[in-house]
Amino acid sequence: MAELPGQIRRMSGGISQLIEQIYGFSRRCLFRVISMGPIPSHLAFIMDGNRRYAKKHGLEDGSGHKAGFSALMSMLQYCYELGIKYVTIYAFSIDNFRRQPEEVQSLMDLMLEKIKSLLEKESIVHQYGIRVYFIGNLALLNDQVRAAAEKVMKTTAKNSRVVLLICIAYNSTNEIVQAVKKSCINTSDNMEASGNYKHEDRDSDIEGTDMENQEKRIQLVDIEENMQMSVAPNPDILIRSSGETRLSNFLLWQTGNTQLFSPAALWPEIGLRHLLWAVLNFQRNHSYLEKRKKQL
Amino acid sequence: MLSLLCFLLSLLFLLLLPCLRPCFSAKGSLKDKKKIDKGTYVVGEEEPPKGLRRELMPRHVAVIMDGNRRWAKQAGLLTSQGYEAGAKRLIEFAELCFKLGINTVSAFAFSTENWERHKIEVKSLMYLFQRYLKSKIQFFQSKEIRVSVIGNLAKIPESLLGIITEIEDATKSYKKKHLILAIDYSGRFDILRACKSIVKKSEQGLIREEDVDETLLERELQTKCTEFPSPDLLIRTSGEQRISNFFLWQLAYSELFFSPVLWPDFDKDKLLEALASYQRRERRFGCRV
Repeated sequence: MAELPGQIRRMSGGISQLIEQIYGFSRRCLFRVISMGPIPSHLAFIMDGNRRYAKKHGLEDGSGHKAGFSALMSMLQYCYELGIKYVTIYAFSIDNFRRQPEEVQSLMDLMLEKIKSLLEKESIVHQYGIRVYFIGNLALLNDQVRAAAEKVMKTTAKNSRVVLLICIAYNSTNEIVQAVKKSCINTSDNMEASGNYKHEDRDSDIEGTDMENQEKRIQLVDIEENMQMSVAPNPDILIRSSGETRLSNFLLWQTGNTQLFSPAALWPEIGLRHLLWAVLNFQRNHSYLEKRKKQL
Repeated sequence: MLSLLCFLLSLLFLLLLPCLRPCFSAKGSLKDKKKIDKGTYVVGEEEPPKGLRRELMPRHVAVIMDGNRRWAKQAGLLTSQGYEAGAKRLIEFAELCFKLGINTVSAFAFSTENWERHKIEVKSLMYLFQRYLKSKIQFFQSKEIRVSVIGNLAKIPESLLGIITEIEDATKSYKKKHLILAIDYSGRFDILRACKSIVKKSEQGLIREEDVDETLLERELQTKCTEFPSPDLLIRTSGEQRISNFFLWQLAYSELFFSPVLWPDFDKDKLLEALASYQRRERRFGCRV
């Protein structure tokens, strides 16, 4: 009799494992059907709504972000199973540093814990062979978080199956400014190396030639290749959770032709059905967008 | 057997997905539980419609006027007639925005990518811009609306360039209402142009490399013609949900409103709906409120 509760627990554990396996199998079958059509190569996420989720469920501060991390792991699993090669997430914006210091510190502590866990053997990084990039102004992070991020990047540098780009201490206008600065420096270096000198003469012909040279010196490709996000193609889909419809200074340069999707679900509530809906819409518009890409 | 069952279940799920669409999609519309009260709308510069608050009006509204060709096709008209209807709608839209106290309206009239369209269509668009702008110079002057045109403008016909210069000169002194038309515009080229300007100033010793920051770059963008370069609200019609290389930098914190309506059908009610959605939003700019 005393063994009965233990047996019941073992049985229910076994049943839930079985259900999970059936669900996983059905999901993979569904993905096989969907991948008969075009699959996006790069998906970006703005993970909005963790704090509202905690408030909605009466949880303590910080629990929303933990729930958000679980949702992220599930979403990464779905993306990589579906065959999406690049996933970018907006983990922490430069603007977020203006939040309350306690909240910023708690977010940094959580990020440090989760970054370190990426290197564990059971982590999703090893499961899917993920190469991880940390994109942003890493100098703004504390030493521990920065060191952990650099270690993960170094450790996963040889992985090539799929890629995870974590935008941390990032905002797009900062990324563009840094790329512009690098382009300017490269341009001056190239000019000095080729022996060109400045023209002080105000003659309009020489000024005209000057302008022409300037036009040729810097092109779009110069700025593009200096962008930190140049390690990945432009996102095909950008999903922002919690129903807010704005970019919040995320991937502005890269999302010129990206499909935007803003489900009402808070980030910890995001699930397979939202991903599927976004991908099916992508497939619906794919041929038109491919035509536009060729025109660019 | 089991795999066949799962396959059939997957197909059934896919077929049922369209029925579940209302659960998934949410732009401002999911939050729009209240209807706009049409009956008490008062036209005039002092009274905003009921449900809208003057102090929460956006200062700058941008619009991607999508759907003119589809509208013409649906109505059994020529594409050029669709564009005419779109141009007329833009003037009404801008006028209404100014009456509601919005200072700046910018419209994506012609993208750099649009040069790839059929030559005849492009030519007819250029002619439409020329004709419309010329015919509206007196209108803009009478309403004291400043008109600016931004874009590369390298490929547009000389005659249109002439009209643009004329209309900009004729209206440059007006301050309270500003209509910006983006013609041959690309968000990326705007940033590239700003970059080239910075390089030039750096070579002339006017700025140092360490001075280059976000504020400086923003001042070099073509939207420097307005006091409010960043739109508070971007509206895109016709149901497409993308920016299409419009203001990339400037839209960093803009609220986006995607309407399924085609541009020539985007009337006063639709604009009020967009503004109501905007006013209900909580803008945090990365911080907590």
